[in-house]
Amino acid sequence: MTHGFPPPATGHVPVLRLGDVLLVTLQGDLHDSAAEQLQQDIGEAITRNRAAGVVIDLTGVEIVDSFLGRVLAEIAAKARLLAAETVVAGMRPAVAITMVELGLYLPGLRTALSTEDAMRLVGGGYADTVARPGGRRPGSP
Amino acid sequence: METAAGVEACLPIRSDMDLVWVRQHVRQAAAQLGFGLVDQTKLVTAASELARNTLVHGGGGRMEAAHVVRGRVNGLRLAFADDGPGIPDLDRALTDGYTSGDGLGMGLGGARRLVHEFAIDSAPGAGTTVTVTSWAVRPPHPREVV
Ligand SMILES: Nc1ncnc2c1ncn2[C@@H]1O[C@H](COP(=O)(O)OP(=O)(O)OP(=O)(O)O)[C@@H](O)[C@H]1O
Ligand SMILES: [Mg+2]
Repeated sequence: MTHGFPPPATGHVPVLRLGDVLLVTLQGDLHDSAAEQLQQDIGEAITRNRAAGVVIDLTGVEIVDSFLGRVLAEIAAKARLLAAETVVAGMRPAVAITMVELGLYLPGLRTALSTEDAMRLVGGGYADTVARPGGRRPGSP
Repeated sequence: METAAGVEACLPIRSDMDLVWVRQHVRQAAAQLGFGLVDQTKLVTAASELARNTLVHGGGGRMEAAHVVRGRVNGLRLAFADDGPGIPDLDRALTDGYTSGDGLGMGLGGARRLVHEFAIDSAPGAGTTVTVTSWAVRPPHPREVV
């Protein structure tokens, strides 16, 4: 198979901690097992960091199909059980239009236009500390 | 009209990595045939659903992509074929929310809404082929139902 472009980014998705918010930036095309791995990683990161919020940046995502949609919904549901709120940010208009036609509504997922808006929604002011990712929540190890 | 090189292909669907290649190929082919961004996104999403069904329910198979032309309009035809168990009840399978596994049951019915033409050929024990076609502009004929 000869494709005239580099293989898509499908590997491990880093989970960044900014204050008490976890920031996850999805890029390119995730294969299914990477999406499932991410779901597990986020759950563990919420517990470990006692995070209050999860922001998932979808700016770089070209499609959301039923599989990724379900993974996002399950991340939000699990986060809620751990008392953290999930916001997806930066969904492309073509992706949003397609999701509606596909029939994916993702109840329970809040959306924001930009990552900054999303950080503000879940972090209560932590958006301003984005430049200081080392900032620790009092009491965290 | 020139045939678009790089559109025609037969790709294996045997792993979730193959699903990535299927999506990439459909994206490239649709862009090359002049599909707009929203239509590209719809077709890639439909292809992702159908290819995953081929993998998960059909036990693996392949996608064949073909450039089709009607009048002066370019189209992309995608056939997802497997030799799996087949679909015993097509109406039920197409119903939103019906899943025989642990999915959302949105894939098949959703894919049908995302493309211009949609057909399923399946019989119990004889595998499944789902063929979809979309056109780079508004469909020249009304949407065809299964
Ligand atoms: N290629 C196939 N071979 C056999 N059965 C299939 C095939 N494609 C679909 N089906 C059947 O049709 C049902 C509905 O498919 P659909 O894609 O809508 O839902 P799903 O795959 O179960 O869940 P998801 O929402 O994650 O796609 C499947 O559960 C399966 O029983
Ligand atoms: Mg499916």
